[in-house]
Amino acid sequence: MSTINQSGWRPTTPEAGEAGDLSTFTGNRALMLDEALIFEIGSSETTGVDFGEVPAAPSRLGGLERSAEIGLPGLSEPETVRHYTRLSRQNYAIDLGLFPLGSCTMKHNPRLNERMARLPGFADIHPLAPVDTVQGALEVIDQLAHWLITLTGMQAVAMSPKAGAHGELCGILAIRSALDAQGQQHRKILLVPTSAHGTNPATAAFAGFSVEDIPATEDGRVDLEALKARLGPDIAGVMITNPNTCGLFERDMKAISDAVHAAGGYVYCDGANFNAIVGRVRPGDLGVDAMHINLHKTFSTPHGGGGPGSGPVVLSAALAPYAPLPFVEKQGDKFHLVEEETAGEHHAGTFGRMTAFNGQMGMFTRALTYILSHGADGLRQVAEDSVLNANYILRSMTDVLEAPFAKYGPCMHEAIFSDKGLPEGLSTIDIAKGLIDEGYHPMTVYFPLVVHGAMLVEPTETESKAALDQFIGAFRSVAARAKNGDPTIKTAPHFAPRRRLDETLAARKPVLAWKGAVTAEAAE
Amino acid sequence: MRYLPLTQPDREAMLGVIGAKSIDDLFVDVPASAVLDGPIPGLPMHASELAVERHMTKLAAKNLAAGAAPFFLGAGAYRHHVPASVDHIIQRGEFLTAYTPYQPEIAQGTLQMMFEFQSQIARLLGCDVANASMYDGSTACWEAITMARRVTKRGKAILSGGLHPHYVSVANTMAKFTGDQLVTSLPTLSLTPDTDDLIAQIDDDTSCVVVQYPDILGRIADLSKLAEAAHAKKALLVAVVTEPVALGAIKAPGEMGADIVVGEGQSLGVGLQFGGPYVGLFACSEKLVRQMPGRLCGETVDAEGKRGYVLTLSTREQHIRREKATSNICTSSVLCALAMSVHMTLLGEKGLRQLAAINHATASAAADRLASVPGVELVTPTFFNEFTLKLSKEARPVVRQLADQGILAGVSLGRLYPGADALANGLIVAVTETTTQEDVETLASALQEVLA
Repeated sequence: MSTINQSGWRPTTPEAGEAGDLSTFTGNRALMLDEALIFEIGSSETTGVDFGEVPAAPSRLGGLERSAEIGLPGLSEPETVRHYTRLSRQNYAIDLGLFPLGSCTMKHNPRLNERMARLPGFADIHPLAPVDTVQGALEVIDQLAHWLITLTGMQAVAMSPKAGAHGELCGILAIRSALDAQGQQHRKILLVPTSAHGTNPATAAFAGFSVEDIPATEDGRVDLEALKARLGPDIAGVMITNPNTCGLFERDMKAISDAVHAAGGYVYCDGANFNAIVGRVRPGDLGVDAMHINLHKTFSTPHGGGGPGSGPVVLSAALAPYAPLPFVEKQGDKFHLVEEETAGEHHAGTFGRMTAFNGQMGMFTRALTYILSHGADGLRQVAEDSVLNANYILRSMTDVLEAPFAKYGPCMHEAIFSDKGLPEGLSTIDIAKGLIDEGYHPMTVYFPLVVHGAMLVEPTETESKAALDQFIGAFRSVAARAKNGDPTIKTAPHFAPRRRLDETLAARKPVLAWKGAVTAEAAE
Repeated sequence: MRYLPLTQPDREAMLGVIGAKSIDDLFVDVPASAVLDGPIPGLPMHASELAVERHMTKLAAKNLAAGAAPFFLGAGAYRHHVPASVDHIIQRGEFLTAYTPYQPEIAQGTLQMMFEFQSQIARLLGCDVANASMYDGSTACWEAITMARRVTKRGKAILSGGLHPHYVSVANTMAKFTGDQLVTSLPTLSLTPDTDDLIAQIDDDTSCVVVQYPDILGRIADLSKLAEAAHAKKALLVAVVTEPVALGAIKAPGEMGADIVVGEGQSLGVGLQFGGPYVGLFACSEKLVRQMPGRLCGETVDAEGKRGYVLTLSTREQHIRREKATSNICTSSVLCALAMSVHMTLLGEKGLRQLAAINHATASAAADRLASVPGVELVTPTFFNEFTLKLSKEARPVVRQLADQGILAGVSLGRLYPGADALANGLIVAVTETTTQEDVETLASALQEVLA
C-alpha cells in the first residue's frame, strides 16, 4: 500500500441514480465532447507554425498582391490536435467495430501499409522526376500490375484511374475506342442491370452512351434470354457487376460474355465485389473485357472518410491496345514510363490521358504491401472467409428478416435482406438507426433498388466469429424490435453524437460554408 | 495469416450453422470451368511483416527522394514542409478507416471537417462555395469545363496555352468522347501570358475560358480583363490554381471575376507521392451550385435542434440521379482534404501569408542567382515561387545530366511538350521554403559547368 497521506482522497462507491434531464454547463456528456468550428475558435492572428524572418525582397507579383483578408482562422498546435481529435471521436470506423456496409468492403486496414507508403523513397518523390531517379517507384507499379493481371487472368492493366468510377470510365472509353477503330461508331447503347451501382449508368452517360436496363430473373441474376433478345448492331456492350450487388454470383457470366461477343459488343465488369472471388475465380476466364478493381476495397487501402480511392482497370487482349497513358514498361532491366511522347507506333491506339501524372502511387504501395502480406494462398483465404462470414450472417437471420434470394442458394460476400413484414410506418432506415444505438455502423440501405427496402450486409473476412455472433445478436434484436413495432426504434439513434438530422432542411436552405468573420483575437 | 481472425474450428462450426459441407458448397454458382483448384501458380505465398517490409524498403531505396537532394521540381506538384501533427491526425483510425459519411449521426467528425474544408477553400479561392474535393486538379479542371457546358448550354471551351499540359491532355481525351470542342495552344516563352489572344477568341459559342493562375511557366496575369470579356459574351471564366500557397500572396481568382475556380490542393498538407493521391479543389458562385459536381456537406439541425452536418444536394449525384447526374464521380479525396484542412488550420491567415512571403522571397533570390549564370536567362518577369529559365542549350538532357549528379534541377519543357522546338530550352524551376541557399548555389554551379 502507498504510504502517501490519503486523507484528501475520497474513494467512490457506486450509486445508481436517475440522471433525468440533467444538463451540463458545457453541453458535453463526459467523453462525448462537442466541438465548435475552427472559425469559431480560431483567429486570424494565431498560427501553429513557426517561421523564421521573411527575407526582404522586391515583389514580382505583377501588382496583384493580395490586399483583402482571406478569412482563414488559425490555431496553435495543441489546439489543432485537440480540435481534430475531438472531431475524430464523433466518427464510426473499422478500427472501432464491424462495419457491414454492403459493396463497400470495409475490411481492416493493415498499418504496415501506412508505414510503407510513408517511406521517403515513395512519399517524397516528384511525379515528373527523371525516370532514372524513380526506378523503384516504377517497379512498384510494375509488380502490382503483374499481380492484378495474374489474379484476374487478363492481358493488361491501366493503373492511372483515380477511383472506381474513374476506372469504369477508363474501361468504357476503351470499349468506345475499340468500337470506333472497327468503324462501329453506331453502337451507342450500353445494357446495364437495374441492380447496378449508380456510377455505371452515370459513367456510360458521361462517356456519351445511352443506357438501357437489363431485366433480372426471380433469383436475382441477369436474365440471359432477355439479354440475348436485346443484343444487336446498336449495342456497344454490357456493364455487369459480378458478384452482383445482391451478393450473388452471375452463374451465366460466361454465356453472357459469349453472347455479347458474338453480337459484336464488349463486356465491362464492375469489380467492386472482387473481394468475394479473389484467388478463386479469374474474371478473364469468364470472358470479361474490362474490369476495374477498387484498391480501397479488395486490397485494403483505407477509405479515409470518402477517398482517396484507386481504380486500376484490367483489360482483355481486345481492349489492351487502347489503354490510357501513362503506363510502365520494362525494357531489359530498366523501367520506362510511356507518356504521350513515347506512345509512338506500338501504343498508337491509346485513347489518351485520364489524369495528370501517374495515378495513385500512395495507394499502389499500400495495395502491394497488402498483396505481398497475403500472397496467393492468403488472398484465396480472403475470398473464402468473406463468403463464409456473409453466409453465416444470412443463415442466422432468415427467421427474423426476409432474405429474398436465400432459397436459391448461398450468397457470396454479402447478404441481402428486405423490409418485407415490418409493420406500417417502420422501414429499413429504422433498423439502420437502431443498429447505431447498438454500436454498429448500419449496412448499406435501399440499395440495390431491385429489393424493397434493401439491407445489404457485407461483414468482410477480417471479423472474428465472436464479432459476428455479437453483431448477429444485435441485428436480430433490432429486427425483432422493428417487427414488434417498438416506437423507440422510430426515434433512434438515441445514444449517438447526434439524433436524426434534418436532411430536407439542409437541401432546401443550403448552408455550405461558414459566412461569419474571423476575428484577430480568439473567441472566448 | 495475421489479418484473418477465423480459426479452423470456427470455420467448421460456421459451415455447420450454414448447412454446408465445405467451403466449395458456397461457391456452387461459379461454373466449374472457371473454378481454380488452389492458389494461382507462379505467385508467392504469404509473407511476414518483416519480410514484406524488407522487400518494400529495398524498392524505396532505389528512388532518389526529394529531401535527399537539391530539389527544384514543380509544374503542378510542390514540395512544402508539412507539420508533423498533420500526418498524426490523418492517421487517427476514426478518420483513416471511416467510410463516406452516409450515416451522419455517427460521422459528424468527417462531416464537420468537410464543412470546414469547404469554407476554407471557398475563402482561399475567393468564391461563395466549394465542394468537399475531387480526385485531383486535372480531373477537376475537366469537370469545370463540363459544368460550364451545362450552365451556358454551349460546347466550345478555350484553353489557355498556360494551362498545365497534363490538364489539357485530360480535357482532350475526354472531349474526344463527349463531343466538346476545345481550342488549345502551346505556351510561348514570352514575358506575359496569353490573355489578349484568349480575349480575341471568345465568341457566342464559347462556354468558358480556362486559364491557369499562376500559369505553367509561373507567370501571373490579372484575370479581371479576361473575366469581363468572357462575361460580355455570356461565357464563364474558369481559373485553375495548381499552387494554392500562392493565394497567400496574390489576389484570389474569384475576387477578379472567375466563375469557377478549380485547383490542385496537394501543396498544402499532402506530400509529392509520385503524383497521387492528391486533392482536387472545386469552387464556384452560389448561383451555380446545383450544377456543381462532387460531394457537398451542409449544415442542418438534428431532432433535438442541435447543429449538425450532412451530405446534401445529392440529387446532383450518381447514386440518386444515375445517368442524369452532373458527374459520374463517387469517391472524392477526403483524407487528403483533411490533411490540407489541418495544414491550413495550423497556418491560419497569418501563417499562410508568411509562408507565401517566404516562398516568394526565396524564389526571387534564386531566380536572380540562376539568371546570373552565363547561358541562363529568366523568361518570366512576374512569378510567385516558380519561374522559367531559358538555357543556352536543350534543357531536357541538362536535367538528366544533373540528375546523374544527384541534383533534381527542375522540369524541362521538353518533358512536358515533347517535339515543341521553340520550348526545348525552357526549364521550370520551383523554389519553396524547403529550398536552401546551399541548394541554389549547388544548382547554379552545376548549371554553369554544364552550359559552359
